[in-house]
Amino acid sequence: MYKIIEREVLAPKIKLFKVKAPELARKAHPGQFIILRIDEKGERIPLTIADFDAQKGTITIIFQEVGRTTDLLGQMNVGDFILDFVGPLGSASEIENFGTVVCVGGGVGVAPVYPIARALHEAGNKVISIIGARSKDMLIWENEMKKISSELYVATDDGTAGTRGFVTNVLEELLAKERVDRVVAIGPVVMMHAVAAVVPKNLPLIVSLNTIMVDGTGMCGACRLEAAGETFFACVDGPEFDGHVVNWDLILQRSKMFVEEEAIALRAVIEGGCKCQSQNGR
Amino acid sequence: MSEPKRKIIPKKHPMPNQEAEVRKNNFDEVALGYNNETAIAEAGRCIQCKNKNCMEGCPVDIDIPGFIKKIAEGDFEGAIKIIKEKNYLPAICGRVCPQESQCEKFCTIGKKNEPVAIGRLERFLADWELSQGVKMPQPALSNKKKVAIVGSGPSGLTCAAILATLGYGVTVLEALHVPGGVLVYGIPEFRLPKSIVAHEIDNISKLGVEIKCNYVVGKLSTIDELLDNDYDAVYVGTGAGLPTFMDLPGENLNGIYSANEFLTRNNLMKAYRFPEYLTPIRVGKRVAVIGGGNVAMDAARTALRLGAESHIIYRRSMEEMPARAEEIEHAHEEGVIFNLLTSPIEFKGDAESRVYSMVCQRYELGEPDESGRRKPVVIKGSEFEMQVDTVVMAIGQGPNPLVQQTTPDLKTNKWGNIVADDEGRTSKPGVFAGGDIVTGAATVILAMGAGKKAANAIHHYLQNQQ
Repeated sequence: MYKIIEREVLAPKIKLFKVKAPELARKAHPGQFIILRIDEKGERIPLTIADFDAQKGTITIIFQEVGRTTDLLGQMNVGDFILDFVGPLGSASEIENFGTVVCVGGGVGVAPVYPIARALHEAGNKVISIIGARSKDMLIWENEMKKISSELYVATDDGTAGTRGFVTNVLEELLAKERVDRVVAIGPVVMMHAVAAVVPKNLPLIVSLNTIMVDGTGMCGACRLEAAGETFFACVDGPEFDGHVVNWDLILQRSKMFVEEEAIALRAVIEGGCKCQSQNGR
Repeated sequence: MSEPKRKIIPKKHPMPNQEAEVRKNNFDEVALGYNNETAIAEAGRCIQCKNKNCMEGCPVDIDIPGFIKKIAEGDFEGAIKIIKEKNYLPAICGRVCPQESQCEKFCTIGKKNEPVAIGRLERFLADWELSQGVKMPQPALSNKKKVAIVGSGPSGLTCAAILATLGYGVTVLEALHVPGGVLVYGIPEFRLPKSIVAHEIDNISKLGVEIKCNYVVGKLSTIDELLDNDYDAVYVGTGAGLPTFMDLPGENLNGIYSANEFLTRNNLMKAYRFPEYLTPIRVGKRVAVIGGGNVAMDAARTALRLGAESHIIYRRSMEEMPARAEEIEHAHEEGVIFNLLTSPIEFKGDAESRVYSMVCQRYELGEPDESGRRKPVVIKGSEFEMQVDTVVMAIGQGPNPLVQQTTPDLKTNKWGNIVADDEGRTSKPGVFAGGDIVTGAATVILAMGAGKKAANAIHHYLQNQQ
């Protein structure tokens, strides 16, 4: 049982939890993820670690309510317990002084990019960050990112904050004028795919893939993906991969494996579940 | 005057089963178990021969004629006590051991008739004991030394139970959220009810064994860290959980699962009760399971219960099939369709990358290969296409790699299995290993046998320390 000790609403449907998990917090590194299960009937979902504090024994997760499990998670409060919380899983990010690194975070993907950017900053890199969202109210952790970045650019689809447009527009302009040694991009598959299209092949591009998973320790293969024509497991071979060689179409298709079931699970709540929700007009 | 010679009953008392037509629609246990009368009658078939050949076939050395004699006398408590001297998981072994190739293979009666149903009797006793409420001994923590067991499958649990009985402080570290390893994620409910597994594990906890779930060794702690911090010895029983794929075109399409994923979703996560349980599974109308082992049978019978037409695709013939005869028979009775001497060469997907068909080719049997089985040879021009909604790859599992990857001085072989001697000693002092992680995928009872031997070796090692 893992206690939620802090809860913050960062944006509509985007929440931050700090969860007490001392052993895990001591071992966590940027780039790694956890798997949680809310209760006995819950599914196991992977979430990339947004922050960790070995002293306080906490792991920070940030999630967007996009399905049944994240909806349920969003309804939990400080003092509630998450039944299972396992990690740190996956490999840690490669952190060294590369020179100038551009860190791109889209939507809720700003959360997992943050600890990587911070570690890169601490390792002596010049960190230039580009964060994006649909609109200003969906933008998260702008201040946190600012603190660890030499330069911070913001892009929103509707122009309510920063540049109007996509993170890729900003990235393209930046790459045209600045010598960059590495790009790290985390966000929706479509965004990472678009980033891969604008980053020159000779510039290293690291992406973090949050695929469907069950065990997260290499036993099921639900998370498989193709990179340079070979099959890999995101959970143990990743979650970070070379963004230039992953098969983006396959990743997108595999992420939709259970869309129908996800809709059924959500409907089951509305029809059979808690009546108060429908009375509240939700 | 000698007793009049008893007439031998040639056949085992049949196991009452759920009817095939009924059971193919539910996940309840198929075999229902003997009642007291049938058990006593079956025990009466044992002639208590002097040679005790049956014991030769038991990897954990149970006094088989001894417990059968007690059953025949109606002393069930005495009988289970004899089993428990050697086996801490009898309700599990009685259900999933391949008795036909172990104890029952050597049974004297079995030479001319059907052997005594040793497995069914073991299960009967274990179930009887569970129904009575199990009294476990409370071993005193007579020893200050501590042992960590990595993995809570059959081998780890057995090793833990023995070491706890010897007075060691024992902690079992399990990566998943419930203990049991393959007993909970792999073997389906209809063959091994999870409540039975939970009961048996609960009994082991009562011996004083601490079980920590959600603990991934290799991530949360390495083996070296375990040895440096709290533990004097470590037993690695991490099993064979690495799925194997065939590396065929289209194999990463949606709807193609490893057997591990398919079974884990259903067994561990209870996807067959979706959406009450939130883990989804989708099978569609037709499922093809590739492989011919017990895991393939489990997957095919699970698919059937999820409402699909279920096919086994196996590249050799029925004779070479590695699954237990009983499993094949059960699958057959329930309506699983066997496509023999057949194997896929390509998978085709629709616009959404969902598998819709499988190109197969046919084989004929040639000369025996190194495994002694006749080698399947491709029949040229035999390709055909088969419509499928789901494919399950059940062609074997490799060793879980996490411990080996994070323990550089632990010797492994070319397949990645940990190298250990007969007693479970590895190349690293204080580290022992056994079960599938050493042997490659095998049986529950062999894993238990290895756990037992290693427990004794660990005891020896710790006694000689200092």
